[in-house]
Amino acid sequence: MTYLLQQLLNGLQLGSIYALIALGYTMVYGILQMINFAHGDLFMVGAFALFVAASVLGLPFVPSLLLAMIATAAIGVLIERLAYRPLRSAPRVSAIITALGVGLFLENLVNALSPYPKHVPTLLSNHSWVLAGVTISSIQIWIIVLAGILVLGLDLLVHRTKVGMAMRAISWDRTTAPLMGVPVNAVISLTFGIGAALGAAAGVFYALAYPIIDPYMGVMVGWKAFISAVVGGIGSIRGAVLGGLILGAVEILVAAFLPSTGRDLVAFALLLVLLVLRPHGILGRPRPVKA
Amino acid sequence: MNAPFLQIRDLEVAYGRICAVRGISLEIAEGEIVTLIGANGAGKTTILRAISGMVPYTGSIVFGGMDLHGVPAHRRVALGIAHVPEGRGIFSNLTVAENLSLATWGRRDRLGIKADLARVHALFPRLAERAPQMAGTLSGGEQQMLSVGRALMSRSKLLLLDEPSMGLSPILVRDIFRVLREINATGTTILLVEQNAHLALQLAGRAWVLQNGRVELTGPAAALAGDPRVREAYLGG
Repeated sequence: MTYLLQQLLNGLQLGSIYALIALGYTMVYGILQMINFAHGDLFMVGAFALFVAASVLGLPFVPSLLLAMIATAAIGVLIERLAYRPLRSAPRVSAIITALGVGLFLENLVNALSPYPKHVPTLLSNHSWVLAGVTISSIQIWIIVLAGILVLGLDLLVHRTKVGMAMRAISWDRTTAPLMGVPVNAVISLTFGIGAALGAAAGVFYALAYPIIDPYMGVMVGWKAFISAVVGGIGSIRGAVLGGLILGAVEILVAAFLPSTGRDLVAFALLLVLLVLRPHGILGRPRPVKA
Repeated sequence: MNAPFLQIRDLEVAYGRICAVRGISLEIAEGEIVTLIGANGAGKTTILRAISGMVPYTGSIVFGGMDLHGVPAHRRVALGIAHVPEGRGIFSNLTVAENLSLATWGRRDRLGIKADLARVHALFPRLAERAPQMAGTLSGGEQQMLSVGRALMSRSKLLLLDEPSMGLSPILVRDIFRVLREINATGTTILLVEQNAHLALQLAGRAWVLQNGRVELTGPAAALAGDPRVREAYLGG
């Protein structure tokens, strides 16, 4: 029982990271019906931005986190402006291929700048406590609490503010939104920026837990976060969080109780089974036809 | 003499290689109700889209003395142009209250917004009753009320209406048209596109009859309603 609780706690930590990345996929999909396959690499960019902030500039944790989020947000906005916007009315497959290309570009750019894996310096002292037999570390608390705050903040933004209202309106009908006075391109840029910033936060948290970072770290994690978004119901904010937490828990539990090489197999099998049973994901709804 | 409220000169709009509007000029004075009538494909909807900035065009559209060329659609709303589009353009995934609130984008005058919401609720009490409901659950008539109500929330000086009677029962149509008259009485200029020429000519002061992207006839609505060519083509003889 203690062992199970321990694993669930570890799963919550990994799941929080998947959830933050999944939010970026789901936000972009929600507003443009496009899968931004470069998003996993923005997670990697976030981790490298943390390395630059902490190691090169010597900043402490919180300023490093903020700098990584802001810098990655700027890159996310730039990618949309330069690579995706010109293709907005092109066939959807063009945008998907472009997104894959942008992802490869980011990996190779970082690889060219930093050919060897980097070690992110220790930014937070790591204490551990034992509660009822379950070991909990201060880094776990940081990750889970900060991820929770970011998720709640995003949920409030999307459901309680006018900007969030505009995002949801654009997602329903991009051509009518300007008739309400909504500057559609600015709102789309903001959506990419926020998604990238959340992905960067996930990269920072990941680097806290696993401090060796390399330019390809975003590939597998990115795919899994994408699966999380689809499992939860792509386009749904709460679905992305739920999907991330489920995938994190499943992965850790599989590794704990089965041969750990089965971890990724189970993750991808979960996607396939769910897509057959519930093509729209757990919280996703089939899009009603517009009147 | 003041510049005309809305002046359109030599307007041309093409969708790809298909010309929808071929050189139309018209002027509207402040406070008028003007209607565009004509068969499907005559270019009526396209003219409204050009005015609100939804389609690129050649020629000029001058609103309140300002040439709108290059002004994006969302800025035209701030200038006072509201467009109630064909099919109503309701955001079904937002609540009724959110639909109305979204249309106040860019406005900072909380008190003014409150007053406008009260006015919309007075004109369409149903919208007040249904405020927390998802707009997609509204009936066709209620959606039309919401679409007009939204246009009022942006404090428009010029209201562009595309087929407000479409799909509504005669009673609802009468209600909507009564409200349009009230809105006009408070100083809002209205440019109305209607399939139902009979109704449109009753409401409007002046009318343009379009055919294949060109102006066929123009004049006071009452005169056109009595014109044999209009009677035969659009009023069922």
